[in-house]
Amino acid sequence: MKILYFAWVRERIGLEAEEIALPEGVSTVADLAAFLKTRGEGYAHAFENPRVVRAALDRRHARPDTPLGAAREIAFFPPMTGG
Amino acid sequence: MFTVRIQSEDFDPAAESAALTRGRTDVGAVVTFTGLCRAQDAPGGAPLIALTLEHYPGMAEEEIGRLIEEARARWPLLGATVIHRFGRMEPGDNIVLVVTTSAHRGAAFEAAEFLMDWLKTHAPFWKLEERADENSWVPAKDSDDEAAGRWG
Repeated sequence: MKILYFAWVRERIGLEAEEIALPEGVSTVADLAAFLKTRGEGYAHAFENPRVVRAALDRRHARPDTPLGAAREIAFFPPMTGG
Repeated sequence: MFTVRIQSEDFDPAAESAALTRGRTDVGAVVTFTGLCRAQDAPGGAPLIALTLEHYPGMAEEEIGRLIEEARARWPLLGATVIHRFGRMEPGDNIVLVVTTSAHRGAAFEAAEFLMDWLKTHAPFWKLEERADENSWVPAKDSDDEAAGRWG
């Protein structure tokens, strides 16, 4: 699955994008965030308060309990501040 | 005509407004909103040098397109143009444009405000403030969530 990161999530992790194979038992957005959080210091910092980090599945806003299903792309980012 | 553009270049609000009304006799109201980069001092006093807008390419266009569809379901719009810039902007520069047209002013005013309120909380853009002493990501405002929430 392709994972994209934006704004301070991107800065903390130090990557704009990566491909990962979903591990067993990771089936929702929240599961994936919890898994990523264990991957190192930058990830732990980015997901230190998982409720603040938003996600989009295949370019549509998703909730923590949204199933990953057959989505090809997921993005994690802070609350939006455009406009 | 309903249009979304995500671009680094500046835009001309008057030209965009004119493009939605040219050759038409059914438009009775045009509302044009332009959001600008505003000079604002940090609580400590360091002046803002610039804002850099980061966005999620692809999703930004699609999400604003969905917001326009939502606006069309709520109000009898004849046209809408939304332009959002990305990249580095200095105080005084244009950031975002919303133009709505309708037969009557109520729909055009309300739809423009709805689009701006929802754009702020749904469109994938993030502002980085550049100041003399540091760069920092702008935190989301509760007041923006409340503004978006009042539309139900």
